[in-house]
Amino acid sequence: MIDVLVIGSGGAGLSAALAAKEAGASVLVIGKMYPTNSQTSMAQGGMNAALGNVDEDHISLHIQDTIKSAHGLCDEDMVRQMCGDAPKTIEWLESIGVPFSRLDNSKEGIATISQRQMGGASAKRACYAQDYTGLKILHTLYDTCLKEGIDFMDEHYLLNLIVPEDTVKGATFLDIRTGEVKQIDAKSIVMATGGYGSIYHGFTTNMYGATGDGIATVLRAGGAVSDMEFIQFHPTALKHSCILVSESARGEGGYLVNEAGERFIDELKPRDEVARAIFAQMKEAQRVFLDVRHLGEEKLMELLPQEVELCKLHEHVDPASELIPIKPVAHYSMGGIDVDYALEVNGIKGCFAAGECSNAKVHGANRLGGNSLLEITAFGRFAGENAYKHSIYASSKPADDAQLQKDQKEIEAIFSKESSVNFYSSREALGNLFYEKVGIVRENGQLNEALQEVIAMQVSQQQMGISDKNKTNNQNLIEFLEFKNALLLAPTIISAAIARDESRGAHYKVGFEEENEDFKKHFVLQWKD
Amino acid sequence: MQIKILRSETNTYQEYRLPAGEIPLLSALVYIKEAQDATLTFSAGCRASVCGTCAVRVNGREELACSYKVKPGDVIEPLQYHSVLRDLKVDKDKAKGTLKKATTWLQKFQEAPLTPEDEKRTEKQTDCILCNACYSACPVFAVNPDFLGPFALTRAYRYSKDKREGNAKTIIDNIQSNGVWDCTLCGECTAVCPKGIDPKMDITMLRGTSLQHGHQDPSFASQNFGGPDFGGGGFGFDPNAGF
Ligand SMILES: Cc1cc2nc3c(=O)[nH]c(=O)nc-3n(C[C@H](O)[C@H](O)[C@H](O)COP(=O)(O)OP(=O)(O)OC[C@H]3O[C@@H](n4cnc5c(N)ncnc54)[C@H](O)[C@@H]3O)c2cc1C
Ligand code: SF4
Ligand code: SF4
Ligand code: FES
Repeated sequence: MIDVLVIGSGGAGLSAALAAKEAGASVLVIGKMYPTNSQTSMAQGGMNAALGNVDEDHISLHIQDTIKSAHGLCDEDMVRQMCGDAPKTIEWLESIGVPFSRLDNSKEGIATISQRQMGGASAKRACYAQDYTGLKILHTLYDTCLKEGIDFMDEHYLLNLIVPEDTVKGATFLDIRTGEVKQIDAKSIVMATGGYGSIYHGFTTNMYGATGDGIATVLRAGGAVSDMEFIQFHPTALKHSCILVSESARGEGGYLVNEAGERFIDELKPRDEVARAIFAQMKEAQRVFLDVRHLGEEKLMELLPQEVELCKLHEHVDPASELIPIKPVAHYSMGGIDVDYALEVNGIKGCFAAGECSNAKVHGANRLGGNSLLEITAFGRFAGENAYKHSIYASSKPADDAQLQKDQKEIEAIFSKESSVNFYSSREALGNLFYEKVGIVRENGQLNEALQEVIAMQVSQQQMGISDKNKTNNQNLIEFLEFKNALLLAPTIISAAIARDESRGAHYKVGFEEENEDFKKHFVLQWKD
Repeated sequence: MQIKILRSETNTYQEYRLPAGEIPLLSALVYIKEAQDATLTFSAGCRASVCGTCAVRVNGREELACSYKVKPGDVIEPLQYHSVLRDLKVDKDKAKGTLKKATTWLQKFQEAPLTPEDEKRTEKQTDCILCNACYSACPVFAVNPDFLGPFALTRAYRYSKDKREGNAKTIIDNIQSNGVWDCTLCGECTAVCPKGIDPKMDITMLRGTSLQHGHQDPSFASQNFGGPDFGGGGFGFDPNAGF
């Protein structure tokens, strides 16, 4: 039996795997794609750590900024731990060879890492590798996993956790290549399955497949989820493709302008404020642009080579000489699997959660740019260590195959069912519905309408199925399962948003525009039989 | 507009009709799957040219589906030298195995002063997204499936040139067999890399470093020290032994 089973092979999963292995555990990492395909590859801007390499900076300032941005909804001890661990985490990444951008300061080691400013930060704090920070961290983690001989099972889709008597014993997976349902027994599990931004299908910077599978699975298994209503909208996604233009574009001095060429907001304010300011312009039928022309071609190619290329490709504009059309779209999910101080899932013993799928209460109502890459590496490692500790005392008696049989039947049922409603249209409808009615600015009437529509969609899900009946490599089936997870999470987001009659961070509600002390709390959801 | 896609089940090209207009190939594939034919199978993730999932061949050339703009009459096929799992989806396990064989990681960390110039030396190589396009374009795989291949060697170059690497020799030693000397320097890999990486140049540089570490071009070596004609190694049947 495996000591630590890591589900999800992005930055959080690989960090957890490496830490668990280092501690002495036998480790298996399972993911629905190849590790390097994970969403972590998309992170551009940087990773926060108060190194003070450029400006004066202190861990206490990093903590302060994070708490301020969280609007009273973070756990200050967890924030302290994450920010305090940041320099040490950068040192670890340096030791495995992450190619960070450098300063010319004739120093040694991490003191040479260049740092840039991100919104809401009181210093130049984000370490970066041009605008490929996530990619380069992810690939270096992966190389290190190969070095350490960590086992991978790619292209396995998590179906359900096996949780007899509140303690996790393993999980069931669909082997995407063969179509076979498998059970994997483990003493501890680390969930690292990423966020749920893709519920906003068509209106998100996230990759296809960021559908909150792990969070839905935990909910089904009796674990708790929390703060689901807090979804961060990134102010600057390309208008037509929703591809992200990193916040560092503003950090480096980019302006936001409307059609009249006027600036209308301090670009370095936190994301929620900037996103709302842009949204307000759009409501007045103003188109909004990002202007980086004054930075000059050379500096743009130096700092933001990826964005320059993406603008040319998807928007047909050259940022060196033209304005970039943008709009705010769903970007990051602050809520997720509810965990305690050890990152153990509330409600499921032996199951830990790290990264975007987990709500470790470090981002609260609004995440600071650069804090997610920090969280996935620092807390990914912490989760891996804790999972190992749990595995030392956990029973090695495997669970029976009740869940496996149930899931096998369920998959067979999906194959044999005739489908009369195309779930792809529903997926698109759900994305539109969420952007329209559960978006940047919310209103109770619309939220209630959205809830009704989601319930109707859940009912019509009975008529949905797959038209590809091939057992092997069935992407149609995977997308259907992902959509079902998204639909399962949808009401948790809406009902928490309805309950929260106030405005706080990323959650902004018309008629309740102020923060209300009564709501300075987390909404935790859990199913009880 | 019409495009043709190679379907694995029938091994024939199937025609699909798309609305006119300039769109990325990936959007076209998604459109086909959602609205016309849910059995069409391909892989995708970020749609922003950075996750490396979506590489395919278009009219015989490797492209990222998310950054290639579809044109009428395009013929879409899966990558070469990978076993096809279904339609455009291929098995990348073997290609990834080459990373392990080449031991492309930091062998032994040593603290070093690093400057922007040091970072620049391998900046391009660390842009690699492991899309496997170069592997599909490399003609050596047609004759030698065990070749380590362009991206693994580019990655070996990355670590071997890092000032933090305290044991570059191990990497160099591990890329000698089926490695740097088996490349024909044809440059096909460089031509198709969507990230503008130049594996051919990296391999050339690695050859130089290999020589510095005392390795030799094996084809050169075998010319001098006896090929099979001379029964060279002293084992087995020796035609000159005079039975
Ligand atoms: C465009 C973009 C730019 C960003 N820029 C920054 C930045 O500059 N700085 C910053 O700090 N943050 C940034 N972020 C946020 C950050 O990248 C993510 O929050 C972070 O990478 C999440 O890492 P993760 O390991 O938790 O999840 P992911 O990287 O999403 O990995 C999830 C893993 O789980 C697997 N998985 C999911 N479901 C299943 C299932 N059912 N079965 C099996 N496996 C499954 C996936 O295949 C994947 O391997 C950005 C995000 C985006 C989208
Ligand atoms: S070197 Fe280029 S073509 Fe080859 S895998 Fe890397 S990014 Fe793809
Ligand atoms: S240059 Fe070498 S590695 Fe690149 S395609 Fe040609 S033979 Fe292959
Ligand atoms: S979908 Fe990620 S590279 Fe094309």
